[in-house]
Amino acid sequence: MNKYFLTEDQLSIQEMAKKFADEVVAATVTDLDRRHEFPLEEVKQCAEMGFLGVCVPEEYGGAGMDHLSDVLVMEQIARHSSSLASIIDAHASLGSTPLLLAGTEEQKQKYLVPAAMGETLCAFALTEPQSGSDAGQIRTKAVLDGDEWVINGTKAFITNSTYASTFLVAAKTDMEAKGSRGISIFIVPAGLPGFEVGKPEEKMSNRSSYSCPLTFTDVRIPKENLLGELNRGFPLFMKCVDDGRVAISAVAVGMAQGVLERAAKYSKERVTFGKPICENQAIAFKLAEMATEIDVARAMLYNTARMSDNGLPFSKEATMTKMFCSEMCVRVCDMGLQIMGGYGLCDEYQVERMYRDAKLLTIGEGTSEICRMVVGRHVLKEY
Amino acid sequence: MNILVCVKQVPDTTEIKIDPVTNTLIRAGVPSIVNPFDAYALEIAARIKDVVPGTKIILLSMGPQQATAALKECLAVGGDKAYLVSDRAFGGADTLATSYTLKTAIDKIETLEGKFDMIFCGKQAIDGDTAQVGPEIAEHMDCPQITYAVEAKVEGDEVLVKRETGEGYEILAAKMPCVITVTKPSFNPRYPSIKSKMAANRAVITTLTVNDIPVDAARIGLKGSPTKVKKSFTPPQKQGGVTIAEATGEESAKKLFELLNSANVI
Repeated sequence: MNKYFLTEDQLSIQEMAKKFADEVVAATVTDLDRRHEFPLEEVKQCAEMGFLGVCVPEEYGGAGMDHLSDVLVMEQIARHSSSLASIIDAHASLGSTPLLLAGTEEQKQKYLVPAAMGETLCAFALTEPQSGSDAGQIRTKAVLDGDEWVINGTKAFITNSTYASTFLVAAKTDMEAKGSRGISIFIVPAGLPGFEVGKPEEKMSNRSSYSCPLTFTDVRIPKENLLGELNRGFPLFMKCVDDGRVAISAVAVGMAQGVLERAAKYSKERVTFGKPICENQAIAFKLAEMATEIDVARAMLYNTARMSDNGLPFSKEATMTKMFCSEMCVRVCDMGLQIMGGYGLCDEYQVERMYRDAKLLTIGEGTSEICRMVVGRHVLKEY
Repeated sequence: MNILVCVKQVPDTTEIKIDPVTNTLIRAGVPSIVNPFDAYALEIAARIKDVVPGTKIILLSMGPQQATAALKECLAVGGDKAYLVSDRAFGGADTLATSYTLKTAIDKIETLEGKFDMIFCGKQAIDGDTAQVGPEIAEHMDCPQITYAVEAKVEGDEVLVKRETGEGYEILAAKMPCVITVTKPSFNPRYPSIKSKMAANRAVITTLTVNDIPVDAARIGLKGSPTKVKKSFTPPQKQGGVTIAEATGEESAKKLFELLNSANVI
């Protein structure tokens, strides 16, 4: 078995995540998806195991491991549940990282420590109904009134909103500034007057992970809830997006691996014309292609995670990885479902759900098109 | 509380292959795991530790050096410290020689860690299936034993144990120190956290050799084992049963009666 030069510690984290995913996550995922139900119990168990703060330093309640370890955890969970993996991604990579990168000591103690320990869930609120890819065009505003910021606006598709205690909200603070300038990040606790979390969207993918609209009507937060520098929120969010792209790539690789395992097993059991279908080249070639695609994606993913762990710039690589892995996952799900024929369309066989979930990956955290724009800019700068 | 949990590393297989010539288990290529009943025993001990402050769980295993992997796994889910009894001189031990060796090791460990209030074992190991080592340790120690436990809690100077019987459950109380062997409870062993797993990976496990524990050389290893294996074989697999699922319970019962009656069972 290819161990991808992982360390003993990384291999043991991979093994514990695999055992948990195979025994616990696999048992409930289909039912939760059918009922569009949030995996509360599974999130709680992930918290106990330290999966909600893998890369957060131990002094802030995390496990103090590297990004590659986080990737290994996400990959194993996504072999069974893209929803659960995405909940963790939104909480840890997107929700907690800004606190770690830009939080004051007081903010870290108050918000990061419980988040890393899994006592609270975080949500990252950037997208708005009219601005997803063009994130600089957000209309949510924050105005300083005495010792308080007053926030007004609307957010859309915010993962974890229903159960999050801490929201990191992007709002315009310099109305004169153009594009992505003049945006700041605020820590907004759930339940404040004027802050409403809407009903989760009825969506095709990740049905157990809730994406909700948020509305802010004169929501007042203390002045000290500004995270990082005033008007410098966008670069901070973008830094976290790079981590998020690595994490979502891990979801893609894990899910594709899960589909390969299911399709290969099915192809050995399903007999047509007197032999298992895997003995037909049409099927075996598909399996070979799926396995090769996954291996390429995984090598790319681990390399990018290692760049991040070694303090190298990895923004281009994170975006390339996200673009390739998510599209690879869609292709692998398509091939896997085709191998499984009619049964592949039934939710009991799970690939149906994974096929639906895979599509989210080419859209969330930077569409494939935005990723190409970003990578293209890097390439043109280099050559 | 000071608790000892005995752990055995066993091959992870439901179909153990047997060398037809030597009649011994073929272990090569078979992954090793913690004996599942020992994992349950540790979980029950860990649940006592959860509610009784200051409880310490010491782990003890006998086997080759590879068994440190099983001990480390147990350190990650509740164990505080682990000892491995390992020496070629102990090889080939039957249950009597094993329990004698373990009891001697326990005496030694007690001089280092203090007297144990409880000693937990799995009811049996899934490779040998004898279910003798736990009860034999209790006999060597001349202390009470409760077998087939599924729950245990401490009340005053006694331990209350819910044990499985052929008819249901019974709750017994025993004075400590005592030996408790554990069968499958209604709950699963806990999962490690990343932190506990990393700490376990770095833990130093003390190995006790024949020179570290004062054993009688005539009572250990193959030489000290009165049991002689005459033959090992794979039992024939059971055929699938008959499912009776009539529309009502009454109809199912009638059908069952007909089947049993026609087979001259009743």
